Amino acid sequence: MTMVRLSELAMGQQGIIEDMDAEEPFRQRLQALGFRVGKEVRPIRQALFGGPLQVRVGSVNVILRRNDAALIHVWAER
Amino acid sequence: MPNTGKSTFFNRLTGASARIGNWPGITVDLLSAKILLGAEMVEVVDLPGLYDLHGFAEDEQVVRRFLQNNPVDLLCLILNATQIDQQLPLTLQLCRLGLPAVAVLNMADEAERLGIRFDTGALAAGLGCPVCHVSAKYGQGFPETRDTLRRVLGQYPPTDLQALQADFAADEALIAEAEKLLARSVTIPRILEHDLTERIDRIVLHPLLGIPLFLIALFVLFQAVYTLGGPLQDGMAWLLTEFRDLALAPLRAILPGWLYGLLVEGLYDGLGTVASFVPIIVLFFLGMALVEDSGYLSRIAFLMDALMAKLGLDGRGFVMLLMGFGCNVPALMGTRVMRSRGLRLLTMLIIPFSLCSARLQVFVFLTTALFSPAQAPVVLFALYVLSFLTAFATALLFKSRIGAATEPLLIELPPYRLPTLGQVALRAWHEVHHFLSRASRFIIAGVVMIWLLTHLPPGATAGGPDTLAGLFGGWLEPLLRPIGIDQRMAVVLLFGFVAKEIVLGAMAVVYGLEGDALAQLMAQQMDWAQAFSFMLFTLLYTPCLSTVATLRGESRSLAFTGFSIAWSLALAWLVSLVFYQGARLLGF
Repeated sequence: MTMVRLSELAMGQQGIIEDMDAEEPFRQRLQALGFRVGKEVRPIRQALFGGPLQVRVGSVNVILRRNDAALIHVWAER
Repeated sequence: MPNTGKSTFFNRLTGASARIGNWPGITVDLLSAKILLGAEMVEVVDLPGLYDLHGFAEDEQVVRRFLQNNPVDLLCLILNATQIDQQLPLTLQLCRLGLPAVAVLNMADEAERLGIRFDTGALAAGLGCPVCHVSAKYGQGFPETRDTLRRVLGQYPPTDLQALQADFAADEALIAEAEKLLARSVTIPRILEHDLTERIDRIVLHPLLGIPLFLIALFVLFQAVYTLGGPLQDGMAWLLTEFRDLALAPLRAILPGWLYGLLVEGLYDGLGTVASFVPIIVLFFLGMALVEDSGYLSRIAFLMDALMAKLGLDGRGFVMLLMGFGCNVPALMGTRVMRSRGLRLLTMLIIPFSLCSARLQVFVFLTTALFSPAQAPVVLFALYVLSFLTAFATALLFKSRIGAATEPLLIELPPYRLPTLGQVALRAWHEVHHFLSRASRFIIAGVVMIWLLTHLPPGATAGGPDTLAGLFGGWLEPLLRPIGIDQRMAVVLLFGFVAKEIVLGAMAVVYGLEGDALAQLMAQQMDWAQAFSFMLFTLLYTPCLSTVATLRGESRSLAFTGFSIAWSLALAWLVSLVFYQGARLLGF
């Protein structure tokens, strides 16, 4: 397993959250939607023209922008 | 928490008797209703959904302040049973506030289908409060929930506010406790796929098909409203005219001339012209309710975010613009979810350009009167496109000045849910009710006022240049003649500033005609370039006084409100000028 940013995972590739660089209010919102250390995340798809990512964390689907997803470090599974 | 069916639960519990009330310590309106629970009258308040208690969004602060400043006797927490793993930490925080609480697991039916099993006893013991299962949508579990609420309310003495405020510090350690409790009391299958949702998303959010599909959906919705609404509207207009001829015309012999004029030619014709558009408004809101309740709105935010980012906005701003198609006021209030002030102000600046249902009825009337049946829908669609374009241009122009700081975008995509007929009907009813109550407030007063202005001083020719209205129109004329708007239409625009719902009523009174006769006269009075110029101006200048009041309330800035009004007036005049003079130069 290698450590990458969530934005670097391939679509459909699973990762396990290791760390989040997000500033305080955003970090809290991430946590409230289920982004916590040790949780499994998987990018599902990306919108056109460099739009946001759809990411599944636990049973929840969220959308977030690539640059925000880059704040989340994950262990990538093959 | 958002997307838990909280409002559905609230409406079912209270029998949809919800009213807007004001609350101490809070600047926004919350829905509340009084219901009989056992032998006691209980006031139920619908608080906004939230993701955590320490949030910085206004909704989250509203909830915090409400709980700190009002003696709440019982906290009823609505959870989404299918997302219990995400929601339990906040639930635990709320339960530990020291308030009596009941946790209601909504969408119990959906959770059961997904194979989620609850050990209700363990969950209740861990949370320290009773747990109920309901399906707010279909009404299962409500008698038991009512019983539980009544029992818990009876157990506790009234809440002591001081003691509560002291307790109001939540603890990070609770989150770890929540995880443990979750592991102990809930079994969730490892792969939880909303299979159907994923299959729909594969098409709807397709990288290439997504945006075209959205545009097609919008066009279909709009065509459906227009084709279904047209005949209904004709029927309604026919009914109103028949009633006038059969029941009201004989009054002419009994009533004095001025009173008959005021009541029938003023009030009835004015209101009737507006009322004939109610079927279209109902259909329109039915469509909007369907889109909103299905879960498609957050997908639109996903599709449009890249474009909106270039304008200094985000995907949510686009969704607010769409909501503005119904009414600008709730769309403006919807910007509360944005934390960055710059982003919020920029979004609020563009919402008034979205073509709301009140403007829609003016446009439907004029396009039908002045364009052929084949052209009319195209003209209407062009106005929608212009509505978007002016909104986008405004954002582009002012994004650096207002300084829309980027804020992280994080939105949940809820699974698709097919709203029940009852839900959609209820939503549409609420909207129509809102429209009609606004209408009765503004239109009656407006129409009477216009009748007086077009008939005073006594002896003046009705609607002529020597009446008060003619006088005002005369003052405005030098300003409006270059955009092809005459004295009489200037008076109509003047009243349109109060609310666009009045515009048609005002035309009916100013010209002393209604329905088809009015439409025919408009076709003689104006050519298509004048009519389109008038519609452009109506589309772009300040929507209504309610919007202005909401802008002021939400931005808490007079300067911003003034700027928004000035910009929309200037833009309206400029766009109409360029169009009208351009059309004339080209020889139309």
